[in-house]
Amino acid sequence: MLIRTFLFTAALALAASNDTFVIRNATVHPVSGPKLDNASVMVVDGKITEVTAGKIVVPKGMRIIDAKGLHVYPGMIDSATEVGMSEIGSVRESADTGELGDFNPQLRSSIAVNPSSEHIPVTRANGITSVIVLPGGSSENRGFAFGSLNPIITGQSALMHLDGWTWEEMELKRNAAIQLKFPVIQTMSARAMMMDLPASFPRTTYADAKRSFDRRIAEMHEFFEKARRYQKGKASKEPGLRADLKFEAMIPVLEGKTPLMIVAGKSRTIREAIEFADKEKIKIILAGIDELGDNGPRIKERGIAVILGPTLELPTNEDDAYDAKATLPAEIYKAGIKFAFGSFNTQFSRNLPYQAATAVAFGLPYDEALKAVTINAAEIWGVGDQIGSIEKGKWADIIITDNDPLETATQIRQMFIKGKSVDLSSRHTKLNEKYMGRQ
Amino acid sequence: MKYLLIAFAVAALQAETFVIQNATIWTMAKGKFVGSVVVKDGKIDQVGEKVMVPQGAKIIDAGGQHLIPGIIDAHSHIAAEAINEGSVSVSSMVGISDVLNAEDISIYRALAGGVTTANILHGSANAIGGMTTITKMRWGKDSQGILFEGATPGIKFALGENPKRAGNSAPNVGGGGGRPARYPATRMGVEDVIRQAFTDAREYQKQWVDYRARLAKGERIAEPKRDLKLDPLVEVLEGKRHVHAHCYRADEILMLLRVADEFGFKIRTLQHVLEGYKVAKEIAAHGAGASTFSDWWSYKVEAFDAIPYNAAIMHKKGVLVSINSDSAELMRHLNTEAAKVVKYGGVSEEEALAMVTINPAKQLGIDSRVGSIEPGKDADLVLYDKNPLSNYAKVQRVWIDGSQYFDRDKDISDRAAKEARKKGLMEKEKQLQTPPMKKDGGAARRPA
Repeated sequence: MLIRTFLFTAALALAASNDTFVIRNATVHPVSGPKLDNASVMVVDGKITEVTAGKIVVPKGMRIIDAKGLHVYPGMIDSATEVGMSEIGSVRESADTGELGDFNPQLRSSIAVNPSSEHIPVTRANGITSVIVLPGGSSENRGFAFGSLNPIITGQSALMHLDGWTWEEMELKRNAAIQLKFPVIQTMSARAMMMDLPASFPRTTYADAKRSFDRRIAEMHEFFEKARRYQKGKASKEPGLRADLKFEAMIPVLEGKTPLMIVAGKSRTIREAIEFADKEKIKIILAGIDELGDNGPRIKERGIAVILGPTLELPTNEDDAYDAKATLPAEIYKAGIKFAFGSFNTQFSRNLPYQAATAVAFGLPYDEALKAVTINAAEIWGVGDQIGSIEKGKWADIIITDNDPLETATQIRQMFIKGKSVDLSSRHTKLNEKYMGRQ
Repeated sequence: MKYLLIAFAVAALQAETFVIQNATIWTMAKGKFVGSVVVKDGKIDQVGEKVMVPQGAKIIDAGGQHLIPGIIDAHSHIAAEAINEGSVSVSSMVGISDVLNAEDISIYRALAGGVTTANILHGSANAIGGMTTITKMRWGKDSQGILFEGATPGIKFALGENPKRAGNSAPNVGGGGGRPARYPATRMGVEDVIRQAFTDAREYQKQWVDYRARLAKGERIAEPKRDLKLDPLVEVLEGKRHVHAHCYRADEILMLLRVADEFGFKIRTLQHVLEGYKVAKEIAAHGAGASTFSDWWSYKVEAFDAIPYNAAIMHKKGVLVSINSDSAELMRHLNTEAAKVVKYGGVSEEEALAMVTINPAKQLGIDSRVGSIEPGKDADLVLYDKNPLSNYAKVQRVWIDGSQYFDRDKDISDRAAKEARKKGLMEKEKQLQTPPMKKDGGAARRPA
């Protein structure tokens, strides 16, 4: 009797458990391998336990989701955003992206993610299940009114699941990378550029801008030098060494354990960033590059990954090809460089899949575009064994769609994060329902 | 290095007689079918599954491709050298047509995104802004050559955060004295500015009506003093100038409709109108069109209730809706912006594409000329390689008035020559000014 009660309770628990189920009759796109027709995906305790187009034994009482005519993909990953960190772009009080100070490797972005942000449900409604949050702000208010105008090290980027009661539950990786904005020669102040002031607005001379750039490069080298001294002092238990949170945070970078995510736009800056990384012997990821220039072999040789910004963006220069940003991903791909897409935005994080699709229109193979918002992103952020594909042993970050998720008209029917069914309603769907109902 | 920025005008071919065959034609008037379009003298001559091919006509085989009417952007600021005359709350005396720059590269880029017509608006710094101008993207023509001939002129109004922002004094970014506060600072003040301006315009209008009446009776009297600020507002009262009003919140939208009712004129379009979905009934009753973003939100407080379902809700509740860009970038893919209305709100593909073609044409009062593929209309046509609502589609060719203004193949094949020419010019520049090194170490040359 006792045993029977136990069995009964166990079966009940299995049936009721939110993160245990099997999806059947779906077209499964594992991304890590070819698509499977009429396939099943089994999830137990939030992890994928089986993916097969063959026969599958479904334990009695297990929840079955019939996905006939539908598609299963891994949830998508936005590799650069500030979703959760910034609510209303123009309101300082609602944004926690730009801190004061030029060297802040100790800042942790994950703790500033508001799990109740309206942006979270809005973003995941389009199939995005995790994001890299940037401590240095996205393009929307980078260097605008908030924080330092020209910071160099802005803090730790975190990889967050877009579901959880607290930021702690959302964390996939607290310190996925430390963001560094590589200094550039600027004759116009960052603030003036952001405000889109006319060309006639007073600029500094090239000589002054170059001097300021050289000074910032020297400061950067000095900071790294001091961090190294601290690292050595700590290793040798130097007497009297005072704890320093900034240098402490640099140790995993200096040890090559945590990558430095270097934001570098122009070809020249990319080259300088790579030279810098070579000299410091650190692991880097390049982010927000605007052009490749002759850096292809340089990036490939070193196995540096790249986070690409929006493909739907104006060319950098007036005389660039009209489609320069749209063809960049294909160029990067042909150069043999591993890359992922980032929205570098908050309100448009949800448009990440369309960014990837545009790259396909302009020459990137479809499978590579899909990888750049799933498995490649996961691998670049060091969680390729946990998310990014429909594979046994991974978290069940899954979307069920009625079509290709990179196409705008496609609807996301269901989403699971760590196997938990996620509510796809949002501020937007609620307002839609409310006002459609107005007579 | 401005002179190095090579503006390669694609010499528009002389308008000729040609036939585009085997394309999927989105007529935006009589459905969608695989067929042909005959273009003659810059106009659409025939459209149908079968057409009579005129003798000597050039044949363009567009098998597997999609032909749509040129995209119309009801809200753009490209090709304008100045946007805001923000020093006064009523700036109806200024106009965009005076500051058009036909060499703005944005025109070519818009063309490459399938746009053939754009409404170029004054900015949103003041309650009553400047006069607007409708243009065609005739890249290579001068600032007169890009004007849309005969279109009803417009004027920009603006409500909400932008016009009231000047009500707060602000430090000058460049240093110096800073900016003094300018009335209005609230939505109440914005309404007052508009009501006062139309009160003045009415009196001014009456002065002229009286003057003309007395003149007609043979009286010899002095002409009233011309007021360049009030002239355009009188045109609004007389229905000769369209009001395009920037707005966000439902309260301010309703306010403007009621002010227009009070003074007896119509709001032609509500621009942005992000909370239009909350007062769709009132907008439809007034007869205003709504021109909105597909999915912008949260960038400021008045955009926090913005939802991507806005266009679909307004459309379903009887409002004439268009999707606009307000951006030189977004302007290049209004076709896929329209696709978002399919996603958010489930309108049909053709209804969605209408929101960037025939609907904005109706809103701007130019639908007898453009916005659909029908005999007699301007041959403003865009050829896509795939369904234009797909993210995988690319514009292949664009015609305006039957002349080809964009050809993707040619754009690509010309690139090597352009690059060589640019290199040559840069080389020449280096030789012309070998930079003498200054004592401070900085080279005496302008920044790159």
